[in-house]
Amino acid sequence: MLNRRSLIQLGSLGLSAGLIPGLAFARAATDKRLIFIIQRGAADGLGTIIPTGDTQLMAQRGTLAVDGGTKLNGFFTLHPSMVETAKLYSAGEAAFIHAVASPYRDRSHFDAQNVLESGGTLPYSIKTGWMNRLVSLLPEGGKGAIALSPTIPMALRGPANAASYAPSALPDASPDFIARISQMYSGDPQLHGLWDQALVTRSMAGDAGNARDAAALGTLAAKVMAGPNGARIAMMETTGWDTHSGQKARLANQLKNMDALIAALKTGLAADWANTLVIVATEFGRTVAANGTGGTDHGTASAAMLLGGAVKGGQVIADWPGLGTPALYEGRDLKPTLGLDQLIANSAAAHFGIDPAQANRVLFPEMVAGKRIEGLVRG
Amino acid sequence: MSAFSFSDHRFGYGPRASASAALTDQFKRYDPRPALIAALAPRSAVAAELAEYRAQTREMRAEIKGGADAAQGKEQQQAARKMVARAGRDHYATAVEARFATAVASEAPFVERLVHFWANHFAVSADKLGVTGFAGLLEMEAVRSHVLGRFEDMLVAVEQHPAMLLYLDQAQSIGPDSPIGARIASRGLRKVGLNENLAREILELHTLGVRTGGARTGYSQTDVTEFARALTGWTVAGLAAGPTARARGDVGNPGDFAFAPPVHQPGNRTIMGKNYAQPGLAQGRAILSDLARHPSTARHIATKLARHFEGDEPSAALISRLEGTFLKSEGNLKAVYTVLAEAPEIQAAKQVKFKTPWDWLVSSHRALDLGAGTNGRLVQVFTQLGQPIWRPGSPAGYDDVAASWAGPDALFRRAEVAEQITRRVAANADPRALAERVLAGRLTPATAQAIARAESPMQGAALMLVSPEFLRR
Repeated sequence: MLNRRSLIQLGSLGLSAGLIPGLAFARAATDKRLIFIIQRGAADGLGTIIPTGDTQLMAQRGTLAVDGGTKLNGFFTLHPSMVETAKLYSAGEAAFIHAVASPYRDRSHFDAQNVLESGGTLPYSIKTGWMNRLVSLLPEGGKGAIALSPTIPMALRGPANAASYAPSALPDASPDFIARISQMYSGDPQLHGLWDQALVTRSMAGDAGNARDAAALGTLAAKVMAGPNGARIAMMETTGWDTHSGQKARLANQLKNMDALIAALKTGLAADWANTLVIVATEFGRTVAANGTGGTDHGTASAAMLLGGAVKGGQVIADWPGLGTPALYEGRDLKPTLGLDQLIANSAAAHFGIDPAQANRVLFPEMVAGKRIEGLVRG
Repeated sequence: MSAFSFSDHRFGYGPRASASAALTDQFKRYDPRPALIAALAPRSAVAAELAEYRAQTREMRAEIKGGADAAQGKEQQQAARKMVARAGRDHYATAVEARFATAVASEAPFVERLVHFWANHFAVSADKLGVTGFAGLLEMEAVRSHVLGRFEDMLVAVEQHPAMLLYLDQAQSIGPDSPIGARIASRGLRKVGLNENLAREILELHTLGVRTGGARTGYSQTDVTEFARALTGWTVAGLAAGPTARARGDVGNPGDFAFAPPVHQPGNRTIMGKNYAQPGLAQGRAILSDLARHPSTARHIATKLARHFEGDEPSAALISRLEGTFLKSEGNLKAVYTVLAEAPEIQAAKQVKFKTPWDWLVSSHRALDLGAGTNGRLVQVFTQLGQPIWRPGSPAGYDDVAASWAGPDALFRRAEVAEQITRRVAANADPRALAERVLAGRLTPATAQAIARAESPMQGAALMLVSPEFLRR
């Protein structure tokens, strides 16, 4: 039996990552990093990657028009709030995919997020998340997944080991108390596992653990992912995209925050940015026409972003369906012409060097394979 | 003793120094309007602050149009916004404290738990400017007064509450063919019209549910739009926003529910195959009445209640009994709760629910007899624990399964909080006796040993709060 002193020593060791076998983020055989940023609330893809070349745009949503922005090509314009992302685009480190949607075709946020995160075609049909299953495909990679949130989101839930972390403003618990809790939990498999993960993550986050705003959150994520012991897979959550009213100002602010987050990731990851693929996606898009309250309602297709040094950037991929009312899905939404599941499966496969058929099968087992979306990741 | 203590944990918020009454006896002990809650600022006061802010905004815009300095105007406008936001946050914080103190002191913790269950079922989120000050009042007014009554009455009270009407944008929805809608359209001033948000969430979250029993519940996008048309005109007195505010003819006391005929979409509506020919307010009201009695609603509510009390994966048998009682009694909630209180499935279950942060902090204060004092930091503590009260960020409310709450970081934060609050435990207290009493019948040797070896009574109490037995109910 351990006496009190040795318990305290064990506790203080627990605060330093890598010293307790099986707890540290194992050095995976891959240096590649994948970050999935979910935009909860249905982000307006049409307001982000704006199809300024579509002649119907002004007629459908002239009241939401913004000045300026970055011309991406002859057809699309990036929202003016995304200044840093525009630089990534011209440096070939950002690509955009438009008129893309998950297989979900109704308009419930919660069901749609479940489909996007579980990787099923129907809500709640699959009980684990696609990111968790991706971990199982990585060589020795199963120990390096983390969610930058207080609890583990659906996409990372499942049998593979995953941690969660979010900055705390609470006074630190004392090392002695921490050590005693470790001992008390030794017979409780669930709490034992959670507690050990909490200790490891806290030691990695170090003094970046006080993130308050979007940029600070990006810095924090980079901190737990950078370097040889960094996590290989991370998920970040953003909220506030459900712009039923006052969309112009709200979306501009949302995108400004997203832009700051992305810039902080690049800065913080430093050399590892070259091996990083960031996927930004939302559960569904918003109506093409503006509604009566200066906003837009729940729609179908939206836009996704791929960012990072691993991206073959500088391109917008879209099989553009058009904004004229007859071209819309159910007469109101941007029609999906590309699959978000396809995009994620193909990009992750190329990024980690996984057989594409295997990636499809494991990440999105119910997927009806559609048009492949390739040539976006260096691999 | 142990069976008694068990039901205290599962149905209530854990034991206090004195024992709680039997579950169904708590129906009589429940106080819908205890003094702390009765003392909260009334909705008219909250509404008046918002109305004044909106009036200032309108005035400012007019002055700028008339040639006043735009930069200066904007600055004044921002100052006004800050002020109204601060006032809202003050109302919100006072309501959170009243809610917490009521739960900690309650002699009817089973009913208090049900109040919190329904407030989460009908969730609003206080992070929206107009909602912050009203968020607590939705629970205090619409839920507390109907928690032991009929589901339909609670449903109507909630959907007509200013917090809900503002949160889901109903207060500004305009029927395109209503007198005002048509007039605005003909002038081509700006696009105004229908907002489907409330209609959709009533169907999906408050009544039928999208996924009851794994199957779709039979409504379509067209039904959502039709319902939204029927609800046009449902608004909040004194708070109508935008260019149509005056024309709507603001009637009633500020903050109260109001029906504005000039924005109601005229005509019959068809929802899930049924025709609604009622005029005006009666139309939306009739639809709500049918939704409240719909079999899918019974199933949806039964499933959520069973999940809350029996466990994350509730049994089909209990769901079906709850559903049957809900339908047969036409939503008599006391009858439904009685099924819960008597359910053998629940009595037989092990500790299956991982406490939410709210559960955990309330039961901690009850166990330690700490009173409700938290040095005024209650709002922040709940934010840090991952469950800001009335601020789930989505109309779906907070999840009710362990996977959402049992995270590494979330667990660590409870340890941080436990160490803080147990500083107020008396130095001569005996944490071993405390644990025997609070965790009667379930205290494991490992926990008992950890507590007995603690370096101080405070640390012993803190260990009890984060013990496996206390983290679950």
